[in-house]
Amino acid sequence: MTSEIVSIENLWLFRGEHAILEDINLKLERADFLGLIGPNGGGKSTLLKLMLGLIKPDRGRIRIFNLRPEEIRGRVGYLPQKTIFDQSFPVKVLEVVLMGRFSRTGLFRRYGSADRDAAFRALAAVGMEDRADREIGALSGGEQQRVFVARSLVSDPELLLLDEPTAGVDSAQQTEFYELLCHLNQHLGIAIVLVSHDITAISKYVGKIACLNQRLYYHGSNELISEDIEKAYGCPVEMIAHGTPHRVLRKHD
Amino acid sequence: MIDLQFDLFQYDFMRVALAAGLASAVLCGIIGIYVILNKIVFISDGIAHAAFGGIGLGYFLGSDPLLFGVGSAILTAAGIGMVSGRAQVSEDTAIGVFMATGMALGIVLLTLSEGYARDLYGYLFGNILAVTMNDVLLISGLTLAIMLLIYLLYKEFLIMSFDPVYGEAIGVPVKSLRLLLLAMVAFSVVVLIKIVGIIMVIALLTIPGAISRQYLKGLPAIMIGSVILGTIFVTVGLLVSYILDVPSGATIILTAAVFFFLSTLYSR
Repeated sequence: MTSEIVSIENLWLFRGEHAILEDINLKLERADFLGLIGPNGGGKSTLLKLMLGLIKPDRGRIRIFNLRPEEIRGRVGYLPQKTIFDQSFPVKVLEVVLMGRFSRTGLFRRYGSADRDAAFRALAAVGMEDRADREIGALSGGEQQRVFVARSLVSDPELLLLDEPTAGVDSAQQTEFYELLCHLNQHLGIAIVLVSHDITAISKYVGKIACLNQRLYYHGSNELISEDIEKAYGCPVEMIAHGTPHRVLRKHD
Repeated sequence: MIDLQFDLFQYDFMRVALAAGLASAVLCGIIGIYVILNKIVFISDGIAHAAFGGIGLGYFLGSDPLLFGVGSAILTAAGIGMVSGRAQVSEDTAIGVFMATGMALGIVLLTLSEGYARDLYGYLFGNILAVTMNDVLLISGLTLAIMLLIYLLYKEFLIMSFDPVYGEAIGVPVKSLRLLLLAMVAFSVVVLIKIVGIIMVIALLTIPGAISRQYLKGLPAIMIGSVILGTIFVTVGLLVSYILDVPSGATIILTAAVFFFLSTLYSR
């Protein structure tokens, strides 16, 4: 019970008459690594926003560390879908990472040396400590993404919510990025929910996989049966695995 | 040149004008950066124009026009802030409607009042030489209040300006901060109307920051740079207006514009 990080029970969300999320049930424990796939408009980002307490469910219950999501923002790290910002914005990497300490610092207070230390640790965790004094716009797309991961790590979260973190990052940097996530997951015990389009890429790294299209197709493992994926996407999906250690699709007799 | 300066500062109105100009340069340097970074230049211009409605009303009622100007600017800022949350009317449409309505109201109300022609000109194009010592105190007080707010909420404003989506997700009160910023813009704009007038206020608010940003790194340095630039523009503009005997608002803005074009050409 104490190790339960996410607990979602019979959750429904409507927009007008139309159900966006139908009867969602999901449990995650410490050091779980969940890949969340599904078609566009299937509700993936919405589910993350529910976990962050930015949206309230119309029905059902959602608890993070046995608390309501809006009560525990400091323990959840968040990486939004492709951060769009002015590339010439006058802000240093260190200052960007410090933004993640807001939930621990609070309104009106200044960042202290503990915050700065945490920011350097987070930058070291993503291998960017030597970039602390650079302007954010001077970094490559992949490097910027690492900085945003550091920003989501800097509050020492026990749960990390990542919304399509590899969009706009080239494939070599993507591999590096996924390996970084595995490291954080395995060595620091951080539970991760990773929203992605790229089924085959993430299946290599995640421990569990779920497919969301209004309903959540989830079996508590890293396999999905093809009927689930067909139901979720509304059409047969051809799945090709490039020498992956795990299968996404269970073998059928 | 020394003679000229000596000459200038013999006049009380010139000293008051310079004090008002310097205080507003500080105000512009600080608020202007946030206007640029948050891309609310058009909103700020809309607020300035809408303030004219309040000024007209104040005039018509025989009360303090600037007080009413501040009131209508704040209402407009709040109105735009509210509208931008809804889907039916887009933000820039709302601004367009607010700003034209404010101008129209101001002109009708001022025309109905007595002695409008000279004052109308002053509000539209500014008249720093008509600034009183009370105005200087008002501008200085406002500048201090805004500096204090920015000091206290520096990290919050930085998050809001850089990445509001993330800010909201981690519990930063982004919507309230945005309304607060718009309110600060509203106050600043109304005060600056005295100096350069409604039509040109946006230039004084944005040009110092825009130039400073081309050369300096880090928000505090850019703010200081833009305060210094604002001071130069106001001082040079005033001197030129005195020498050539032309309106001070326009010469301040033209000085700023010349600097801006030269600097943009140079930095390319």
